[in-house]
Amino acid sequence: MTGNVSTGILAWGVYLPYWRLQRSAIGATLGGPSGRGTRAVASYDEDTTTLGVEAARQALSALAGDPPDDLYFATPAPAYLDKTNATAVHAALELPEWTGAYDLLGSVRSSVAALRAAHAQAATGGTRGLAVLADLRTGLAGGAEERDSGDGAAAFVFGPDGGDAPVAAELVAHAAVSAEFLDRWRTPGESDSKVWEERFGQEVYVPLVEAATAEAFKRAGIVAADVDHLALAGLHVRAVQAVGRSLGTRPEALAADRSSVVGNLGAAQAGMLLADALDRAHPGELIALVVVADGADVFVFRATDALPAVRADRVSRGATTVAESADAGRDDLPYARFLTWRDELRREPPRRPDPERPGAPATWRVTPWKSGFTASDCRACGFRHLPPSRVCLRCRTIDEMEPVRMADVRGQVATFTVDHLAYSPSPPVVGAVVDFDGGGRYRCEMTDVDPDRLAIGTRVEMAFRVLSTAKGVHNYFWKARPVATAADEGTDGDRGGDA
Amino acid sequence: MSSNGIRDQVAIVGMGCTPFGERWDKGVNDLLLDAAKDTIASAGVTLDDIDAFWLGTMASGVSGVALSKPLKIDYKPVSRLENFCATGSEAFRNACYAVASGAYDLAMAIGVEKLKDSGFSGLTGVRPVGDGTDAALSSPAAFSFVAPAYAHRYGVDAEEMKQVMSRIAWKNHRNGALNPRAQFRKEVPLETITRSPLVAGDLCVFDCSGVSDGSAAAIICRAEDAHRYTDHPLYVKALSFVAGPGGGASDPDYDYTTFPEVVRSAQDAYRQAGITDPRAQLAMAEVHDCFTPTELVLMEDLGFSERGLGWKDVMAGVFDRDGELPVNPDGGLKSFGHPIGASGLRMLFECWLQLRHEAPPERQVATVGPGRSLGLTHNLGGAPGECVSFVSIVGPEPSA
Repeated sequence: MTGNVSTGILAWGVYLPYWRLQRSAIGATLGGPSGRGTRAVASYDEDTTTLGVEAARQALSALAGDPPDDLYFATPAPAYLDKTNATAVHAALELPEWTGAYDLLGSVRSSVAALRAAHAQAATGGTRGLAVLADLRTGLAGGAEERDSGDGAAAFVFGPDGGDAPVAAELVAHAAVSAEFLDRWRTPGESDSKVWEERFGQEVYVPLVEAATAEAFKRAGIVAADVDHLALAGLHVRAVQAVGRSLGTRPEALAADRSSVVGNLGAAQAGMLLADALDRAHPGELIALVVVADGADVFVFRATDALPAVRADRVSRGATTVAESADAGRDDLPYARFLTWRDELRREPPRRPDPERPGAPATWRVTPWKSGFTASDCRACGFRHLPPSRVCLRCRTIDEMEPVRMADVRGQVATFTVDHLAYSPSPPVVGAVVDFDGGGRYRCEMTDVDPDRLAIGTRVEMAFRVLSTAKGVHNYFWKARPVATAADEGTDGDRGGDA
Repeated sequence: MSSNGIRDQVAIVGMGCTPFGERWDKGVNDLLLDAAKDTIASAGVTLDDIDAFWLGTMASGVSGVALSKPLKIDYKPVSRLENFCATGSEAFRNACYAVASGAYDLAMAIGVEKLKDSGFSGLTGVRPVGDGTDAALSSPAAFSFVAPAYAHRYGVDAEEMKQVMSRIAWKNHRNGALNPRAQFRKEVPLETITRSPLVAGDLCVFDCSGVSDGSAAAIICRAEDAHRYTDHPLYVKALSFVAGPGGGASDPDYDYTTFPEVVRSAQDAYRQAGITDPRAQLAMAEVHDCFTPTELVLMEDLGFSERGLGWKDVMAGVFDRDGELPVNPDGGLKSFGHPIGASGLRMLFECWLQLRHEAPPERQVATVGPGRSLGLTHNLGGAPGECVSFVSIVGPEPSA
């Protein structure tokens, strides 16, 4: 943040899952008072790794030039311990093998570490760093955590200015204060956080946040009134609300936290709010991102002249704004299904064998296909194979194949079926035959889909999901989902309709 | 494709078939022994007279010991084969070739499957350790792509298509109702079939074949020796087996209205047997009706119906037991049941009964007679776009 070349955010992405749970559905089932609004819910086939992949795909889709040198994945709800989760994100993104991939796990504050690490890399090493923040929050049935939290992910690429991608928001200053006290905690393996009496946390937090903010503003050479966008993140709602009034910023600067629609995203909330500010900021405006977690962190960003162009570029590549993503969800998720997905309700399984655990060597051998959805094109005749094949299906040429990544290629449904017999944590399974734009056909599962609204010709895109979990192994692979945005660029509407 | 065939070189001289169904009372070994016992009695031989054995089972046993041990076979060659749902036919085909080669005088092909002991609904397979990328679709789901594709291509409306599918199930249940060995021995009203619960796509419970246990077997000898064992042998006219390249799911040109593997194996078998007009020349056919739309498409792939017109023939009753070409007079997979390894031999068993006029009068097909005495069996394994197909043609008379 010092030196001649400014550093900051080059690209970003936010992923909010398809499903929303109406808070009133909780009260309707359990009795007692009903909350208002909705919360974002990761589907049964999503975890923090897949949420992170979605956010990072969006960030990288709009990033020109070099891939990030390092990836930092932060979550309090990791899919694995011991084994690095960031490598799964790395593989799904098909980043170069020399890109480092590291987890920052456990606490909500890990997200700050990821942002700082990604930025430090840009500031001191002149290279690009990718921070991925993801959270999936459950809580106990009927509790505030279940009702008020949400699932989602955000990703940011930090880097120096002057490359193929300009800095959209320069990091001007950061300050942190750290404090050891018991406000919110959870022991490993539990899905619900414990909290101390709220007023205690507020008492401790407010001065810490004020101190960190004062220091950050001092380092940035600004005063509170200069801030145009104040983004306040933290799971201690009362403390966050209190500092919103006490920091001396202009009232209109305080950004809406969207918790009434998506809930509090925990470790991803700071990312979502920062992205939301980037969606709205004008060149030269100041964004203060305050993260209230076991102390406080304050980042001060300045929107650059390049921001509007970066934003326009994102939109042209199909990326959505936070506001659009928040409003796009499907809000009729039955509460019983939410509980089932989260293992809070034990349901009778189908009379089918449990899914098999995939083998580690077999999986490793097909990593480009399984993680990166990489097909093969025959050099002799051009036929595209999904899955990749060494022998061409059309011309039978052997071992003359070119890998081609299909994860970001859209397609349309050639035919589909609803399978009531196949094993699924959330039956029925919807299977589809997908014809991809530019060639290639694949039969796969669908997700985030309403079978009643599915038709031949429905536009789809690929999503990285958990096919099954068996013996503690998460079987990640790709499914097709209907394209959420209305403005899909598909042009070849009649193709494949005869199957 | 090129195949020389072994027309009239070998003959079936004995067959046996256990009742199919939920055989809680019989283990794999019991089923094998029951089928083998009936078969040797049918041929008038002892187990000791048989020189070599081919055992077909998909997942109810491994190695030749799965047969040699329960039957206490004395130090003879026993091969165990698997080829998806065409496993039983594959055992038969290999036994025929072994006899035709002169290597053995008398061979037994036997198929068995014990599906019900798994405790699960539908088929369960044993697969090698995988990479986890196979779509988790069930077998009915994989076949459920066929009906809407067919309806779309040939302009059959959804309601009509449903009637066509239901009629196939209705016909096969009606046939099975008269068959004491069949798993389901009741006629089922059309509306019950149509209104049964959905399994996958448009396929209802009644569009799916029965999951069952059972065993069937045949004894094969050289044609010239056949009359040593029986006055009424069945001569093998054609045997064709193909495995496709398995690319249907990746091929934008594949439209799920045909099984190219079936077309190829049928053409090959007809050439071997000298058949030019199967609908007129065959007296009956046993086909792989794993799901009702499969039987519909098979009518076209096997050349019984013009492309796109099979559904009309189905509705007109062409393939009924008393129709122009009876198809699955024993009830088929639908009603007789589908113990994987046994099904191919069960189809031959029906030919054995019908073509030799040994079926009980109430279900003997009228089409078998002078000048029209050939039977076809068709056995499919896998799923649309990725399958194996077997076709055999047998008849009670040596060719002129």
